[in-house]
Amino acid sequence: MIIDYIPIILVIIVAAAFAGIVVLSSVIFGPKRPNKIKVMPYESGKDPIGTTHERISIKYYLVAILFIIFDIEVIYVYPWAVQFKSLFNDFGIFAFLPMFIFLIVLELGFLYILMKGGLKWD
Amino acid sequence: MLQVPMEYYLILSAFMFTVGVAGVLIRRNAIVVFMSIELMLNSANLTFITFSSYLGNSIGQIFVFFVMTVAAAEAAVGLAIIIAIFRNKLSVNIDEINIFKW
Amino acid sequence: MPANNYEYFLLLPHIVLSVGIVLSILIEIFTRKGKEVLPWFSSLLFLFVGFYSIINIDKNFFIFGGMVEVGGRASIFNFIFNIAALLTVLASTDYIKKYGINYSEYYILIQSSVLGMMVMAMAHDILVIFMGLELMSICFYILAGLNRKRSSNNEASLKYFLLGSFATGFIVYGIALVYGTTGSTSIQNIFENFMQYFNNILFIVGMLLLLIGFSFKIAAVPFHMWVPDVYQGSATSVTGLMSTAGKAAAFSVLLILLGTSLSYSSPIVFRNYFSVIAVLSTLVGSIIAIAQTNLKRMLAYSSIAHAGYMAIGLAAGNNYSFAGITFYLAAYVFMNIGAFTIISLIEGKDETRLTLNSYAGLNKKSPFLAAMMSLFMFALAGIPPMAGFFGKYYVFFGAIKSDLTWLAIVGVLSSLISVYFYLRVVVYVYFMNENEQFEIEKSVGSNLAISLTGLLVLLFGIFPDSLMNLIVNFIK
Repeated sequence: MIIDYIPIILVIIVAAAFAGIVVLSSVIFGPKRPNKIKVMPYESGKDPIGTTHERISIKYYLVAILFIIFDIEVIYVYPWAVQFKSLFNDFGIFAFLPMFIFLIVLELGFLYILMKGGLKWD
Repeated sequence: MLQVPMEYYLILSAFMFTVGVAGVLIRRNAIVVFMSIELMLNSANLTFITFSSYLGNSIGQIFVFFVMTVAAAEAAVGLAIIIAIFRNKLSVNIDEINIFKW
Repeated sequence: MPANNYEYFLLLPHIVLSVGIVLSILIEIFTRKGKEVLPWFSSLLFLFVGFYSIINIDKNFFIFGGMVEVGGRASIFNFIFNIAALLTVLASTDYIKKYGINYSEYYILIQSSVLGMMVMAMAHDILVIFMGLELMSICFYILAGLNRKRSSNNEASLKYFLLGSFATGFIVYGIALVYGTTGSTSIQNIFENFMQYFNNILFIVGMLLLLIGFSFKIAAVPFHMWVPDVYQGSATSVTGLMSTAGKAAAFSVLLILLGTSLSYSSPIVFRNYFSVIAVLSTLVGSIIAIAQTNLKRMLAYSSIAHAGYMAIGLAAGNNYSFAGITFYLAAYVFMNIGAFTIISLIEGKDETRLTLNSYAGLNKKSPFLAAMMSLFMFALAGIPPMAGFFGKYYVFFGAIKSDLTWLAIVGVLSSLISVYFYLRVVVYVYFMNENEQFEIEKSVGSNLAISLTGLLVLLFGIFPDSLMNLIVNFIK
């Protein structure tokens, strides 16, 4: 039972120990002579402008929000697609009907976003 | 093939649920609180999947589909609300959202 | 597709409403006249769905393999939800212009939330309950924060959203545990072998989590923190809808759960839980409401107290008290929507006139509004010829039938406390000198809604038996 996991645990221990030793040894043995230019943040050789906490445009959030919804809705298509063969055998062309209605309603949401200008980027 | 006992999954999901509840009660950033709520929903999903797999019926997995879509819808609405708050107050700290008291 | 066509025909109210929502979205995006068309369109929709449901109350069937119940109890609740939404729409067409939320989405969201409530009321499977609950709740989160520029709206919406989805987390985890122990999500299956599962700790924890989640949604006391803030911060018409129809929907689910457990004659195991909730809610709600001067906040605490009175009926757990709760919900929906509509007329553009002081001398400004406000306050306090009295009477009588006389006494005591703050409003309206000069807005829709609710409250109060007999026949 637990014996099966011993190789994995060994690998984890060795990896952690190696990483720890490398990092620690450079901290302990390396010479430290800091000066102003050395501790300055590096930005392609230029002097850095502004802070690192840059505001991201709110549009990114809007697109992210819309993406979440339409991304997740595909979840309903998946089981339908997996079972499609037997559904088609049982109901013929009507196997398309539920998914057709579902997609129409889903696309209606997309149309709403489009007409309301939810995807305009400026 | 090593069979992992059902209890392990259940303990893990109970632990996730507790972490989620604790996060909601302790953290002050609205987005982190919201993430904790998502963690609670996902722990429930793990429980559903576990039971579904061990009971051998598929209702649990169907339920997970619905929980996931609901979580996505909630995420969309929640993020929109948090953005609206941020535009007005320039902060998402729950302690600063305090017009109403008692 | 596998079910026969007749089953779909029985779902006509839900299908009509769904198609109506789709049409509303199409109207909005293609004609851009949603703001003018949708109030009428949604009123007609609610009117049709509500009356179609109540006319077909006899067609009581379980369809889709017992997942869904149509007719009977579900019809009564459909009627309550749709009429509540209809009155809200009537009352708010002018109000939302003033408040700055005159979007056509307002109507679409109300339609969707009503669809969610209808799904909740007909569900006999936890999966269906969950879908309906979320459809309703998510619409309410948005409705609470519809005016993005108001910080009060933002705050109400965030609090409602965070605590509401916290409760959803409890509900989902509870469902997961119940499903794990019973292997089914059908409420009937769960309660058929209730005693057999009852020794299983996971099942008990799951059931408790489920009930705690719904206690959040009905705004009962240990879980009531969000109620005052959300009710005060949201637009008044939205508060009117979610404090009435939303609460009724959550109660409909509890009635299904406990009613099914009753029909399999399993003992009422959650009696202690609901007794505690009832005592806390009635007392805390009534006592804190005394300290409030803001009318919306006062009604929020009163709504907590009313949840407590209804929870007394849940604790009693017999058919009579369940019918009493349904009657109480119907009465509560109408009197509360009426009261909130009057508040929405008085409150002014920036919600400056929400305190009791603004109601001083209302009688001189508008005798009609003054009379109606007193009517609703008397009804909420439960003074005899109004609907509110019979709601309380049936529920308390149900409690006495189950040997819970002490609970009924607690209920009566706290309604006595509540008389104080309800009648204080009436005293302000009639016997105080006006200290603020302002014009009351003219709104045909609001006045119509107020008259209709007032009429219904009086009708339910004068002829309670006719409605009660109808409900008793269909609550099984």
